[in-house]
Amino acid sequence: MQKEAPKDHSSPMAVLSVYHVSYWYGSKQALDDVSFEVFPGRVTALLGPNGAGKTTLFSLITRLFDAPTGRIEICGRSASEWGARALGPLGVVFQQPTLDLDLTVKQNLRYFAALRGIKRKEADERMLRALKALDMEERIGERVRSLNGGHRRRVEIARALLHSPQLLLLDEPTIGLDDPTRRAIVRHVHELARADNIGVLWATHLFDEVEPNDDLLVINHGKIVARGKAKDVVAETGAKDLGGAFRLLIGGDTEEDVAA
Amino acid sequence: MNLMHYFRAFYGIVWRELLRFFQQRERFFAALVRPLIWLIIFAAGFRAALGISIIPPYETYITYDVYITPGLLAMIQLFQGMQSSLSMVYDREMGSMRVLLTTPLPRWFLLVSRLFAGVIVSLFQVYTFLLVAYFCGVELPPLGYLTALPALVLSGMMFGALGMLLSSTIKQLENFAGIMNFVIFPMFFASSALYPLWKMREGSLWLYYICLYNPFTWAVELIRFAFYLQVNWEALGIVVGCTLLFLALSVWAYDPSFGIQQRKVGTAPAPA
Repeated sequence: MQKEAPKDHSSPMAVLSVYHVSYWYGSKQALDDVSFEVFPGRVTALLGPNGAGKTTLFSLITRLFDAPTGRIEICGRSASEWGARALGPLGVVFQQPTLDLDLTVKQNLRYFAALRGIKRKEADERMLRALKALDMEERIGERVRSLNGGHRRRVEIARALLHSPQLLLLDEPTIGLDDPTRRAIVRHVHELARADNIGVLWATHLFDEVEPNDDLLVINHGKIVARGKAKDVVAETGAKDLGGAFRLLIGGDTEEDVAA
Repeated sequence: MNLMHYFRAFYGIVWRELLRFFQQRERFFAALVRPLIWLIIFAAGFRAALGISIIPPYETYITYDVYITPGLLAMIQLFQGMQSSLSMVYDREMGSMRVLLTTPLPRWFLLVSRLFAGVIVSLFQVYTFLLVAYFCGVELPPLGYLTALPALVLSGMMFGALGMLLSSTIKQLENFAGIMNFVIFPMFFASSALYPLWKMREGSLWLYYICLYNPFTWAVELIRFAFYLQVNWEALGIVVGCTLLFLALSVWAYDPSFGIQQRKVGTAPAPA
């Protein structure tokens, strides 16, 4: 089922290129020769059960750890050669909430804008735009602590978009959210990718967050086991839907790990 | 990326630390009450029992509360350094540290900015304490309040860097209280903060050597001399040296290529 991995040269179009990355925690291998690319204007879903290696991969792309093998390029810049500067075009929403609960929405976004070198006035304009797009502009003066989980997630997405990134990484951003909020976020991110030509890498273990035309990477035990357009992957397995295809790809018994 | 980016990021980090500090009023209150208890209760009791002979930088006899003030200032900064590292461990556990570490700026710059932010917070505490101490009768040379500032910045950086180093080695928030107690109180008591070193030497030679090799002692002496418009070069050298050492180790520990965060990484098993 696994198609050819991308060749070992940088595609001029790719906003993220991961080549032959492996990673170990002690003797346990978390990633095994992972290669893929993410393109502008496209949502790439990284679908895998819990513990498949999605968060480790995100930690390597964001340089929280350095990749001991392989190569990671963001908009053509290798993280190992450019160091922190390679992270410039990158926006991230981590699986774990990362907002400062004691600060207001505005203060959180201003802090992030300052870290990205955005002028205060410009930052204020951008945050209003980003919050408005997520129906959050009226909550701008509220402390994050007073917001519910869905609203906090929206603020994190607004924050990740503040510096107009070319690549947006979302590590299970809808975890713990109710269904309507989850669907709203999925819809918004897809619209955003198309409208602003952003490449999105969306790690998830929820099938219904993947649209048929999304690029799909199925990861299991640290290995990419299938790749292609979601609808093509489903067709190639002969399954009825993505859930069935996923079960076939990762060896069946996944009901506990994966939610439909 | 240009200089303005660095400046804005630095400003943002300091601004956030100050916001957090002023929003946590109880923290500000606790930071003041702790040394004031030492000054008002402990020093008042010991004033009668302990006489301080004329030792540099003092040119006349001084009261015990004047003697322990530099030590209490260093204590405020040590607590702030530990508080700052606690906040780093908290940020790491809560995830907000990731926002900082995924900024496209060198990690050493981010850590040094964070360190400066902690020093600025500690200076607010120190000067508020000095104001209250003044009304409690602790009078220091008027110009000393200004000349002590560089010494306070340096000592604040040393304690902040020490805290940062500790934060890189502590995995869980729960472990922090024990480490804090293990660091703060031995450092404070085994120093020249409460008694001059010569007095310590009369009491116990081995304790004297412990105090002598304690960086806290030298931070206290640097501040003490600075208040009397003098530079204690030995103290300056040790404080600067320790700051650089602690800072270099912290930057190493937070570096994704070499540091402690990378320690979990194994290697590919050797081929059979």
